Amino acid sequence: MNRKLKTTVAAVALALTAGTAQAEGNLSIYHWFEYIPQELLDKFSEQHGVTVTMDTFDSNEAMLASLKAGKMGSYDVAVPGDYMVEIMAADGLLDTFESSELSNFGNIMPEWVDVGFDKGRKSSIPYQWGSTSFSVNRNDYTGDINTLAMIFDPPEEVQGKINVLDSQGEVLALASIYLGIPQCTTDRDQLKQLNELVQNAKPHWASFGSDVAKDVLVSGDASVGMIWSGFSAKAREEGANIEYAYPKEGYVVWMDNVVLLKDAPNRDNALKFMNFLLEPENAAAVTNFAQYTAGVSNTTELLDDAVKNSPESNPPAQPVGTFVMACSEEVQKVYDTIWTNLKK
Amino acid sequence: MAGVIQAGGQTKSNTYTGFGPLLLLPSWLIIGFFLLLPVGMMLIYSFLTKEFRGGVIWEFSLAAYDQFLFDRGLFGDDPPKIEWTYIGIFWRSIWQAGLATVLCLLIGFPTAWFIATRSGVNKSIWLFLVTIPYWVNLLIRTISMKFLIRDTGPINEWLMAGGVISEPIHMINTAFAVQLGLFYSYLPFMVLPIYASVERYNFALSEAAADLYASRWTTLRHVILPSVKPGIVAGCILVFVPSLGAFLAPDLLGGAKNFMIGSLIEEQFKGNAGNWPFGAAASMILLSLVLIALMFYARSQRQQGHF
Amino acid sequence: MAKKFDIKRFPGFLAITCLCLFLLYTPLLVVMVYSFNDSNSITNWGGLSLRWYEEVFFGVEAPKFKKAAFNSLTIALCAATTATTIALCAAVAILRAGRFRGQGLSFGLINLPLMVPEIVTAVATLIFFSAIGFKAGYATILIAHIVFCIPFAYLPIAARMQGIEGSYEQAAQDLYATRWEAFRLVLLPLMMPGIISGFLLAFIISLDDFIITNFVKGAGIETLPTAIFGSVKQGIKPNIMAISTLLLLVSASFVTLSWFINRKGGENSS
Repeated sequence: MNRKLKTTVAAVALALTAGTAQAEGNLSIYHWFEYIPQELLDKFSEQHGVTVTMDTFDSNEAMLASLKAGKMGSYDVAVPGDYMVEIMAADGLLDTFESSELSNFGNIMPEWVDVGFDKGRKSSIPYQWGSTSFSVNRNDYTGDINTLAMIFDPPEEVQGKINVLDSQGEVLALASIYLGIPQCTTDRDQLKQLNELVQNAKPHWASFGSDVAKDVLVSGDASVGMIWSGFSAKAREEGANIEYAYPKEGYVVWMDNVVLLKDAPNRDNALKFMNFLLEPENAAAVTNFAQYTAGVSNTTELLDDAVKNSPESNPPAQPVGTFVMACSEEVQKVYDTIWTNLKK
Repeated sequence: MAGVIQAGGQTKSNTYTGFGPLLLLPSWLIIGFFLLLPVGMMLIYSFLTKEFRGGVIWEFSLAAYDQFLFDRGLFGDDPPKIEWTYIGIFWRSIWQAGLATVLCLLIGFPTAWFIATRSGVNKSIWLFLVTIPYWVNLLIRTISMKFLIRDTGPINEWLMAGGVISEPIHMINTAFAVQLGLFYSYLPFMVLPIYASVERYNFALSEAAADLYASRWTTLRHVILPSVKPGIVAGCILVFVPSLGAFLAPDLLGGAKNFMIGSLIEEQFKGNAGNWPFGAAASMILLSLVLIALMFYARSQRQQGHF
Repeated sequence: MAKKFDIKRFPGFLAITCLCLFLLYTPLLVVMVYSFNDSNSITNWGGLSLRWYEEVFFGVEAPKFKKAAFNSLTIALCAATTATTIALCAAVAILRAGRFRGQGLSFGLINLPLMVPEIVTAVATLIFFSAIGFKAGYATILIAHIVFCIPFAYLPIAARMQGIEGSYEQAAQDLYATRWEAFRLVLLPLMMPGIISGFLLAFIISLDDFIITNFVKGAGIETLPTAIFGSVKQGIKPNIMAISTLLLLVSASFVTLSWFINRKGGENSS
């Protein structure tokens, strides 16, 4: 019965979509929002005669949920962060390629080839890296901001004017760093502590939002905003009087990667696109737009001075940032509960 | 009203008797296949097992409803307590939707009455004015409201420029903003059905009441309101039902923190949570609530003899 | 007979009506005004200009919004046409085919999309398409739109059909017209205002939809509301205000159009 239904529906679907879809000459990208300049996509489009379509997401978890909700087979490439690459690979969502299939593979900075989340770069190429911390509006608060207490135990001046990224991985990692407990801890008391910390901080938070993170700082709706380094630099450029913090307890660093998705409808074009992004010139174009740091060699001289020298792109030697970890299923379930308790 | 539409044809021509009912086939196919069947599928999904990190496993489970009703602690092994959170979100949504309905009624009824009692061109102009917002994209109306009430939005700027306030009034991302958004979104939905009812109202009734020395307000309460009740009830339903499942107002005006049922459900499919069975269960509960409300509506209509 | 007061008048109702219109229009008018603002920041006034309209049509994001607008319009056109046809058939069956079993049920079915909250329809449709392995795309949006447009097309059509005496068609049949001829040459022309109203209503409802589209849209396919929503989440930019103003004008012209059609219809039937 079920199969019959499927066949009927497939036939109807075929009839409806026939003529609209031509697999050749297309590339479908699933990308973070406000990250890649449209001009660069147009350039790729022109160079390779490929029609590019792009959808955007605003958190690693949302991207994973959407892909698992029947969007596999629709996109060719996606741009997950480090720990998410590992999760996606484990879930069998990634295709692999040979380094010989990318003529620019050698442009990858050596330190970004053999990474923990994708040894030897079998399914991904490095894209951009940056950090996650927070920015403070200096009109509203003038004290020391280099502590995660600004988010988790905020001073009175900014209470109720804090925006937090709608991103489970980063929020709980920062909370763990603030508490000084290991990420993905299996210790029950530490997990309870983590839950209490975010629960107690929640009344001080005005909103959850990733896509709004820049706007709330620019518009002044928020005095403190958890935010990514480059996004904060953009907010500053748009006129917000903000300072990006490097908290003494530590902060999160990440690397976004372009991955080849399983069942990609245009695998060849996907590889062409990945190769395209490994050109220093194109990697630099992304950096100049999004203000993160490329994982490709020889981009430095192609960067705008403002980007190259921004405080957001030049973290101090101390403290150091930490990557978000992918938790085991057992811990992840507790994390999900903590997150649900927080959001509800 | 519903009954009138149905009964109307039966007294008239039966030109298409016989093959006529076959003309319903396309409606049955499309709505049956793409709405009834999906709702059934959703019911099934609400009893499935959630897969780790999104997706479902085809195994029967009551976990979704259990999560809705019981709190089993951080590690899932505490003795179950009643989980008030989701009931709370539903309760809050019902309350906010109810309040929006009452507010819309308080503003909408006088407006509808006023317009329906104008004459000629005057009436047309008033009606035209109130119809336009009804046809304007809901998303755009919500965005406009968001823009208007931000800390740095025109209202605060004007008030501050005028010296009325020195600090911006914080409105965005609050429950107030959501409430305002709901009221604003669905206000036109209240005016138009009441207007249609008042249009059909027989003013001789008012006159009779006035002749019997009823005051204006007594007439309103005991004569007019019962007569235009169908329009009022229809308007209330048109405001209450979409308010209950609203997504745009809580998302854009409430900062995704003032959760309503709509945002809760959306989060299960689009956001971090990725819990399809729970989202399906919450949708089923919402649907049941709405159907119960509509049953009461149908019953009240029937008692009124409108069926 | 001396009346103590005008039974149609209630003190304060005029004031409330003005308040109602004020509430409804203020946000829209403010956005309209600010769309002509010649300033990069949306809240500071920098003089009158059409630059954001230029941006909408020729800016970096122009191709994206044009494509979204094209999708929105074609989907609304197809969905409204299909829904109107289906609704017309249904109205003939329910109002003109005598009594038959399942009549009440069918009436309920046609109105079902009105009764199910949008978010529930969205979830159910998403689950359904994903469960049967139907890949989300243009077609999924179109199908979903046809479904929820049917009752909106049905309402004006049924209202109009009730106002037309069945005796017209009977007369035609008495003069040896076939049923099809009676329908095509007598009922259909009389029905035209209702059909057009139904079509316009369905069209605007389809153009308006965000929630359902957002759930069922496929990779790389946006309609205007989803594209605007995606853009607005990152902050209200002046070009969004310009787009909003344009859409506002489209809606207003639709109201005007359906207004005149209804009036004409009203004159014909009376």
